[in-house]
Amino acid sequence: MTGLARTPIDDVTLRLADTAAWLTTPLMPEDYLTLINPLWSSRELRGRVEAVHPETKDVASLVIRPGRSWSTHRAGQFIRVGVDIDGVRHWRTYSLSSAPERGDGRVTITVKSVPGGVVSTHLVHRTTPGTIVGLTRPEGGFVLPEPVPSRLLFVTAGSGITPVMAMLRSLARPGEMPDVIVLHSAPTREEVIFGPELRTLAGRFPHLLLHEQHTRSSGRLNLSQLPDLCPDWPERHVWACGPTGMLREAETYWREAGIADRLRMEHFRPAVTTSAAGGGGHVRFLVSGREADADGATPLLVVGENAGVLMPSGCRMGICYRCTGRLRSGRVRDLRTGREYGEEGELIQTCVSAADGNVEIEL
Amino acid sequence: MKTISEAEIEEFGRELDKIRDDVIASRGEDDARYIRRVIAVQRALEVSGRALLFASVLPPAWLAGTAALATAKILENMEIGHNVLHGQWDWMRDPAIHSSTWEWDLVSPARHWKYTHNYLHHKWTNVLGKDRDIGFVLLRLSPEQPWHPYYLGQPLYNAILAPFFEWGVALHDLEVERLRGGDKSWAEVFAQVREILRKAGRQAVKDYVAFPLLAGPLFLPVLIGNFTANMTRNVWAHTVIFCGHFPDEAATFTEEQVEGETRGEWYLRQLLGSCNLTGGSLFHIMAGNLSYQIEHHLFPDLPSNRYAEVAPRVRALCERFGLPYNTGSLLRQTARVWKRVFRLALPTPTPKSRAGCPTPALTQAA
Ligand SMILES: Cc1cc2nc3c(=O)[nH]c(=O)nc-3n(C[C@H](O)[C@H](O)[C@H](O)COP(=O)(O)OP(=O)(O)OC[C@H]3O[C@@H](n4cnc5c(N)ncnc54)[C@H](O)[C@@H]3O)c2cc1C
Ligand code: FES
Repeated sequence: MTGLARTPIDDVTLRLADTAAWLTTPLMPEDYLTLINPLWSSRELRGRVEAVHPETKDVASLVIRPGRSWSTHRAGQFIRVGVDIDGVRHWRTYSLSSAPERGDGRVTITVKSVPGGVVSTHLVHRTTPGTIVGLTRPEGGFVLPEPVPSRLLFVTAGSGITPVMAMLRSLARPGEMPDVIVLHSAPTREEVIFGPELRTLAGRFPHLLLHEQHTRSSGRLNLSQLPDLCPDWPERHVWACGPTGMLREAETYWREAGIADRLRMEHFRPAVTTSAAGGGGHVRFLVSGREADADGATPLLVVGENAGVLMPSGCRMGICYRCTGRLRSGRVRDLRTGREYGEEGELIQTCVSAADGNVEIEL
Repeated sequence: MKTISEAEIEEFGRELDKIRDDVIASRGEDDARYIRRVIAVQRALEVSGRALLFASVLPPAWLAGTAALATAKILENMEIGHNVLHGQWDWMRDPAIHSSTWEWDLVSPARHWKYTHNYLHHKWTNVLGKDRDIGFVLLRLSPEQPWHPYYLGQPLYNAILAPFFEWGVALHDLEVERLRGGDKSWAEVFAQVREILRKAGRQAVKDYVAFPLLAGPLFLPVLIGNFTANMTRNVWAHTVIFCGHFPDEAATFTEEQVEGETRGEWYLRQLLGSCNLTGGSLFHIMAGNLSYQIEHHLFPDLPSNRYAEVAPRVRALCERFGLPYNTGSLLRQTARVWKRVFRLALPTPTPKSRAGCPTPALTQAA
């Protein structure tokens, strides 16, 4: 199942919807139908949280039933999840921790609440079954190739285990496991996400070797230990996921060994943080393809106009919303309040917002 | 009314900014639930109204269906459409309830209206020659507008405008009067006309062809029910909107008066140009909270369900600074609007300085 191919049934549904739209114009039939079941939306993929399972004290797995137009994922891929918190929609990325072969039409994500984290704390501690969330289809290239190589190595830390868990669950399905070594770091034994399940798998499959590095008692995993823990490491295909520091070390290690192409990595956070205090930065207007340097006091609207971009605008004082553009990356500052804001995908009013660091905007 | 100093105007503006900040800081889940509930109720009402009309062999069903449909259309246009298009709910970042994606159940395309209403009217509120909502170019509603024999007929024009208000709005958004000065080209107008016709065509097919045809033998009752619902919505919207700016006490301004205006002065102009309506909470919802016209003009992008809560604070500020806070019942204000329509149909001397304009900054500049 690819999920993207259209079936004759889809065609009929589409044609029916088109016809019915004459009765619901200017809305679409689904604007009425989704009031009955939000998952029926074809315009916006949504999911219903059906269960929340605590994994450790600050980690929980959410079992989600995706709506129509979902497509099956490959183990290791991620999705974007849109969550309404205090009435405001926030989007964050999460790896799927369930195997694609799960078969009950549901998927799981496993979230670690980071201190001060808006979305992660909400998902772990305040989300109840029945909650509707926005979803995007699975994407990402951090996956197992076909056919699966005979010898694999996973290097993970903390919540970095999630995409790897999907792979292990997927590999365990046929009841036969290739030669797998998992090197996983967590502060303590109790804080190992999926600890019991990992240990059970290791007990069940003689070819699955699990090394748990409990960093509070034994210190961080040093890659110089690698030849001891996994003597044939240069021959293995490697998947690594964890904190930036760990991934940077791994990258150097495999590069220096001349086998960087064996290492695949998944970053949960951007490797560099931009936005120096004081504001201003380089602005890229993605639709028109123009760029400009902006200071922290000039509205993006003016920056764009000076760069020759056809910027939509109206009142130029923040009340008419004719000047909005979708932010693709970076942060902006509201010139009226001095507040720094802006998330990927958010529509911002360019007439009252200045760049706070480098900015990419869809205009 | 005492006079107000420049320093006081700025203080007044700062106090209003504080009210605005308070609402923004406390916007949250309750507000999101409110607008989603209104939308759900509106759509349920619309579906029930149309279903009842299909049963209109029974006259009570026709009446109930038409009433439900008219109510749904009023909600859709006023409490939902108008306010969503103002960006009042953009903070939720829900693409389904967003000013950039919303389209409403009116013949005029939302995009045109966002320009003439959100920009021209809200930025230039009651500024002669700029705010095209003063009399909608059709009527003379300010003594500063020079009189012409054409205006003798304006009570009639207004009476005809009311039931066809949505068409009036669509034509109004074309800004054909700008053709004369060459500010706007025929090509632009034609492109807009095409857009209006496409939108209006679909609207008309829905209410006057598709649903009546579906009703089979009940073609006529359904068509008449739909027509009545549209007219009712138009008359209601026209009434509420005219009460917002054109009762006698609302002030108008000239372009010179607003040149170099500060934030405080902008707030003051919004206050002086607007009038509230009194009533219960259901009335306010049906009026799209434009019954809080003053609050809406001070804070056009704050969620409409919050106007009721900030109104007493705005009113207290007005008392403190000795400023008028115009308000009255729908009946009284409608009577005043019509009085103005009749009075200004006849030639009146153009006043030298606007009586009742309390700001030295504004009058000095004039
Ligand atoms: C491809 C990909 C896959 C991901 N998969 C998962 C997953 O499976 N499980 C999971 O829990 N998270 C995952 N993440 C991270 C997730 O998207 C969020 O960044 C994370 O949940 C924090 O969001 P927040 O809203 O709680 O924090 P925010 O409110 O955005 O940030 C609050 C504070 O936390 C810091 N912070 C942001 N992200 C992290 C982080 N990852 N770790 C520690 N501190 C952080 C910020 O710098 C800030 O100081 C993934 C990210 C990517 C890009
Ligand atoms: S141009 Fe009016 S809000 Fe930006």
